[in-house]
Formats: sequence, C-alpha cells, structure tokens
Amino acid sequence: MAEHPLIFARGLVKRFGDFTAVGGIDLDVAPGEAFGFLGPNGAGKSSTMRMIGCVSTPTAGELRILGMDPVRDGAQIRARLGVCPQLDNLDPDLTVRENLTTYARYFGLSRAESRRRADELLEFVQLADRAGGKVEPLSGGMKRRLTIARAMVNDPDIVLLDEPTTGLDPQARHLLWERLFRLKQRGVTLVLTTHYMDEAEQLCDRLVVMDGGRIVAQGSPRALIESYSTPEVLELRFSDGLDSGAGYAAKLDGVGERVDPLPDRVLVYVNNGDVALSEVHRRGLTPSSALVRRSTLEDVFLHLTGRTLVD
Amino acid sequence: MMTTFVAARVSPGRVGAVVGRNVGALRSGPAYWLVLLSGFFEPLLYLLSIGLGVGVLVGNLAVGGRTMAYATFVAPAMLAVSAMSGALSETTFNFFFKLKYMKTFEAVLATPVRPIEIAFGELIWAVVRGSLYTAIFLVIMVVLGLTSAGWALVAFPATVLIGLAFGAAGMAISTMMRGWQDFDLLTTGQFALFLFSGTFSPVRDYPVGLELLVQVTPLYHAVELVRALCLGVVESALLGHVAYLVVMAVAGLWFAARRMERKLCV
Amino acid sequence: MPGTADNRGAAVRGTVHPTVAVLERHLSLYRRLWHASVLSSFVLPVLFLLSIGVGVGAYVGSVQGVGYLSWIVPGVLASTAFQIALGESTYSVLGDFKWVRSYHGMRATPVRPVDMVLGHQLYLIFRVEAAVAAFLVVVLFFGGLQSPWALATPLVCALLTVATSAPVVAFSASIDHDSYFALLFRFVLIPSTLFAGVFFPVEQLPGLVRPLAYVSPLWHGVELCRAATLGRSPAWPLVVHLGYLVAWAAAGLVLAVRAFHRRLED
Repeated sequence: MAEHPLIFARGLVKRFGDFTAVGGIDLDVAPGEAFGFLGPNGAGKSSTMRMIGCVSTPTAGELRILGMDPVRDGAQIRARLGVCPQLDNLDPDLTVRENLTTYARYFGLSRAESRRRADELLEFVQLADRAGGKVEPLSGGMKRRLTIARAMVNDPDIVLLDEPTTGLDPQARHLLWERLFRLKQRGVTLVLTTHYMDEAEQLCDRLVVMDGGRIVAQGSPRALIESYSTPEVLELRFSDGLDSGAGYAAKLDGVGERVDPLPDRVLVYVNNGDVALSEVHRRGLTPSSALVRRSTLEDVFLHLTGRTLVD
Repeated sequence: MMTTFVAARVSPGRVGAVVGRNVGALRSGPAYWLVLLSGFFEPLLYLLSIGLGVGVLVGNLAVGGRTMAYATFVAPAMLAVSAMSGALSETTFNFFFKLKYMKTFEAVLATPVRPIEIAFGELIWAVVRGSLYTAIFLVIMVVLGLTSAGWALVAFPATVLIGLAFGAAGMAISTMMRGWQDFDLLTTGQFALFLFSGTFSPVRDYPVGLELLVQVTPLYHAVELVRALCLGVVESALLGHVAYLVVMAVAGLWFAARRMERKLCV
Repeated sequence: MPGTADNRGAAVRGTVHPTVAVLERHLSLYRRLWHASVLSSFVLPVLFLLSIGVGVGAYVGSVQGVGYLSWIVPGVLASTAFQIALGESTYSVLGDFKWVRSYHGMRATPVRPVDMVLGHQLYLIFRVEAAVAAFLVVVLFFGGLQSPWALATPLVCALLTVATSAPVVAFSASIDHDSYFALLFRFVLIPSTLFAGVFFPVEQLPGLVRPLAYVSPLWHGVELCRAATLGRSPAWPLVVHLGYLVAWAAAGLVLAVRAFHRRLED
C-alpha cells in the first residue's frame, strides 16, 4: 500500500458540454494524509471530489482510487469511502440513530454491527443524547456532525468532505474541526474541499490551490506561505481614501517586498511588520488603522490569482 | 379532487416541506393553469363513468315520485361535489400553506387590512374558482340533456352558495390544522361525504342511523338543493337547505377570521 | 471506533443485499409514517365498495351473470393496488431526488441505481399486499368472493403494482417539477380508475375510446382479478393479460433504472 497512493490522478479532466470544470490535474494522496482542495466557488473542487467519489465519470485522464478504476469498480471503491456531501441529505423523518443504521445497511453491515457502529459514532460526534430524536430540529452544526458520523459508518479508508463547515457559525466550526482532527490522529485519510483558508491551515497536511479548474500551487500550508508570501503582512487603511488603493501603493513602494492595493485597504508584504510600520510613519503617512498579522493562505491565493478567496 | 389526494398520499414530516413547496411551486409551475382549468374534469369523469356507465346497468330510478335516468340523478350530485371541491382545494390546501409557511398574511396584516378582510378575499377567490368549474359543468349537463338551460341558470347561484359555504368551512378548518398529517383526515372526510351524501343512491336506502347522520352533513344539503333545482322541483324544503348553507358560510367565515386574529395579531 | 484493525474487513463483507437495504429504509420510514396512509389504503376502498357496490348495486340486478357487488369487488381491489402503486411513485420519488436527496446519499455507497429501483418496488409490493389482504378479509365477510382462486389476486396485484409503478418512477425521476403529477393524476389515474372496467364492463364504452381501456395496465389487472374471484376465465387468454403486464413492468424497470443513472450521474 505504501508505494501506491490512495488517490492517483494524471491529467484528470471533467467537462460539462463546452464548460471545462476540471482542466487536467495531477494528484497523489498518501494513506493517513489530510489533503485539501483550496479555491473559490467554481474552481473545480467539487467536480474533482465527485470524480473521486465515483459518482461522476472523468471526461479524460487517468484516475485510480485505492488502486481501482472508478468507472469499472465504482461500487467496490464506494464501499471503502465515506462521503460527507456539501448539501445535507439526511432522512428528516428517520431518527438520528436510524439515519446511521439505515446507512450502515447500505454497506451490507449486519443489524447488530450497524447498531453498534451507530452508537459508537453518535458518542464520537457528541450526539448520543439526541439518538432517538428527529433530525429536523438539529442545528446546522449537529446535522453536519451527524453526516460525518454517517460517512464513518463503514469504517472507510478515505473520508471525503465537501465544504464541511460552510454555513456554520464559528463555534460549530471549531467543534467540527476538533472532531475531524481526532479522526486524523487515528490515521483516517481525509480529503476535503474548502474555500476557508483557516480551515485548510487547521486541518490539511498538504493542499492544492485550485483556480479555474487548474492547480495553481501545492504543498503544505507552511510551505505555500513561505514560497508565495512573506512571514508577515501589514494591513493599512486610510480614512481620506480619495484614491486609497493605487495612490498609496506608490507612496509605500519599497516598504515591503510587495504592495497589494485592495479597494478598502492596502496590504504590504513584509518580513517584520513593526519595522515596516515605523517606516510608514517615517514617510509621513498616517493610516487610520494599521494591523500586523501573520501571512495566511488567503495571501497566497491573492498572490497567485490576483483575487480574494471569498468575495 | 378526492381520488387525487387519495393517490398522492403524502407522508407528513418529510413530505410536509415538499408539499409546502408543491403548493407554492404549483402557482408558478408550467402546468398550473392546466391544473386549474381541468379542475372540473374529475366530477365530469365520475358523471360519465358512474352516471352513464353504471347507469346503463341501473336503468331508470324512481325518486320522489319521479322516474329518471340514473345519470340525471347523479349529475346534480356531481355538480354539488364540483362546487365543494373547487372551493375546498383553494381554502384548505392553498390557504393552509399561505397561513403556515408563506407568511403571506403576516405581511398583509402589517398594512391596514383586517383579518376578516383577508378571509373575505381568500373566500372570494375560492368561490370564483369553484364557480368556474360549476359553470362549465352545467353547460355540459345541458349539452347531455341532463337538465334544461333555464334550470341550469337557476341552479348556478345555488352552486355559488355551496362554494361559499364549503370555502368558509374549509378556511375555518385550515386555521385549526396542526400540520399536513391532518390533511389525510380532511381528504378522507371529504371523500366519505362524496360517497355518502345521497350522491350515488338515494339516502332513503341507507340504514336509518346512517340516513340521520348524513342529513346533518353539509354535502347532503348541497346535493338535495341542486338536484331539486336541476330537476325543476321548487318546494319549501329547499329553504331549509339554503338556510343550512348560509349559516355554514357565515359561521365558517366568522370563525376563520377570529382564529386568524388570534393567530396572527399577537 | 474508526480505524480499529479487526472490524475493517467486516464492513466490506456484505451481510445484506443492497436492494434489501433500500427496502429496509422505506420500511423504516413507513413505520414512522404509516398512520398518514392508513385511511386511504384500508378504509377508503371499503367505503367505496359500500357506496357503489352496495348502494348503487341495489339498483343493478346482475352483471355478466353475477351480483353487482361480487362483480366490482375485484375491480376495486385492483384499482386500490393501482392507486397505491401510482401514488407512491410520484412525490416521494421526486422528493428523494430533489428535496431530501436521499438517493444521492445512497449513491455514495455500494447501492446501485438498480438496487434503489428494486428496493422501492419491493416496498410498494409490501404496501399493496397489506391493503389487498385487508380488503380481501373484509369482502369475504360481505360474500364478495366466489372462488378459491381469489387467493391468486395478491399475485396479480403484485404484478400490476410493478407494471404501474415502474414507468411512473421512471417519469418521476426524469422531471424537475412536481406540477406534472397533478396532470398525471387527473388525466391518467382517474380516467383509468373510472373507465378500465372497475365499475362497468368496458364493452359498454364507445368503440372509439375502448382501446384506451385496453392500453391501461389496470384493465388487465381488473380482468385477471375478476377471473380469479369469480372463478372463470378472463376476457382475453390468460397469457396475453399476463404478458402485457410483464411487458409494462419490464419496460418500466429498464426506463426507471436508466433515469436513475442519468439523474445521479452529474
């Protein structure tokens, strides 16, 4: 298994009519890895995930999942995958526990085993007290945790998570990340898509940045930041803001390695934020606010594509 | 109408949301107008199937000292049913949806409009829809020789009254509905009325207990009223049926408005 | 817990067939929602029989040599199967694609579209057989069964269920808007129920429309059920009726599986 990646793709393409959703990508996901697709909506992440989940046929290229061909061995591969889709598809009229036992039966588990797995997993996602209740009244975060538990019911080799925390409030997101981190610690291979850089940084060992159906960069979050950004970023806002972006960009030239004027603020990529801020003041500029922060994947994405991730 | 609901058995919780969307979607859906316009179709098919088809097996029927073809007996009943179901489908299904899910009325009540006025407005729309069906149905009856054109004109206002009475009662019931699961009860009740209101055979044939029970229920009075008018029989007993339907309309409307006031104006 | 080495293989080795797992899911839902359909599945067929079979039957001497009640019992039986099969293949199927998305959930597992379709068919057969059994017991007390061949009606009804449901499932899986269902009920379900030999012999239909009755799977189901409960041979040779229903069932299943594939692909 070690020399075979769990997911292997070369020149993978997905087209819908004239539209190319995925325009030829290469992937290698190793066992035990937490692998992420980062990119804005429409970057081709979900289409790639659906091909990996064996529910969408690749238009061209080579794809092997668990060493098998997703077109020929789809059912066999799916038996060893866990999928947490972007849109919830829990059965609202079944109880929380029945949602898991019913799903377990789709994988051929015996009744006793289904019940055992359901109870264990409800414990794991902290929904044991809701076992007999309906799905409907659960909060968004609880439903997502239940969906993740459902994805675990067959004890999968790979868990696919499509935008796992989109639409959740911050507290629910952190609780979910914590559970996913536990799975990762147990050695479960996670493959997830996200357009949140904090999520990618929290969970992923390695990730690819996608834009317009192509991979524009890949590596660990740290390595990506090191290659495509500076250690720190100085964010400046100016209240007089007549031509805040471009005008100030010229005045800030040379303060850092690079200056990015955005509509509402100016980003200065620097090695040391405080030193850079003194330099700004020395030049006689008076920003209405100044913030020094560490570089994030957002900055990487901005640098690579010239656009922000979430608009 | 009835059979439609029976077949389209919708399971509550899960399909509750679905049904909700149905009703909303129905308004914008590609087939909405076709559905709306073909509403008279079902009573007509019943008339052709039971009235004419089974009528051949029955031959003539003697009711109230008159002998008539079975179809002549059944047709006015289907007319009354058409008035009932046209009004009910609007004031139960659609009205409940608006009340519960679309929050339409809450928005309206933010304006100077009063609950009783909303109730009136809804009822008028329901009666217009029901009357459209009965008008078409009456034309068909005249064409088939099941009543005369003159008596059809007399029967038409009676079908409007039936629409008002059932529409108002439907709205009152809607305000008491807890959820979609209650619709099974409602449609079954509606179907039972359809089967046992002197529609397909004279009530005097029913066992005595059932006969008395049926005489308390609204569709019986509606059927008796329009059957007499379509046959050209005018007698004082008709005033009793009219009174029943008028009371039902007024009480239903009053009750619905009061419940809406309590539900929405808190 | 996730990832313990010893149960890793157990999850893959199947102890239940995916088709059965899909059936179980429908049964679990039914266990929660059965009360919503109890009136329409069990009570309404009997009410229908009482109103038309007993009520109108009092005026119909005999049809084709038997009493009217005995004559329409098999018709109401088959049409009950027909209505459940058709009704349960519409909103719930579209809903499981469009709103609940449970078929998408199944698609992520080893369950194949053919399992989804067949599991649903098995569930419908269960639903129909429950209603058929209850109805048979009731009519037995009314003396509505003339032959021990009546024991064959559940088999006929199972075949009729698949012949009716499978094409409708294919339709429901292909459309995007539920307002088509109202048209399906109004222009297919109700006309079939009323004119496919349930209430009067199709020979009474005008020659122009009679072929429409022959096209409907319901007529063939009615003929077979009637032959069974009356203990005589059906209108056409047995193999023709059976073959016709099998053809509908087979074509419907192929189309349904194909529609599921297409809908779940991209």
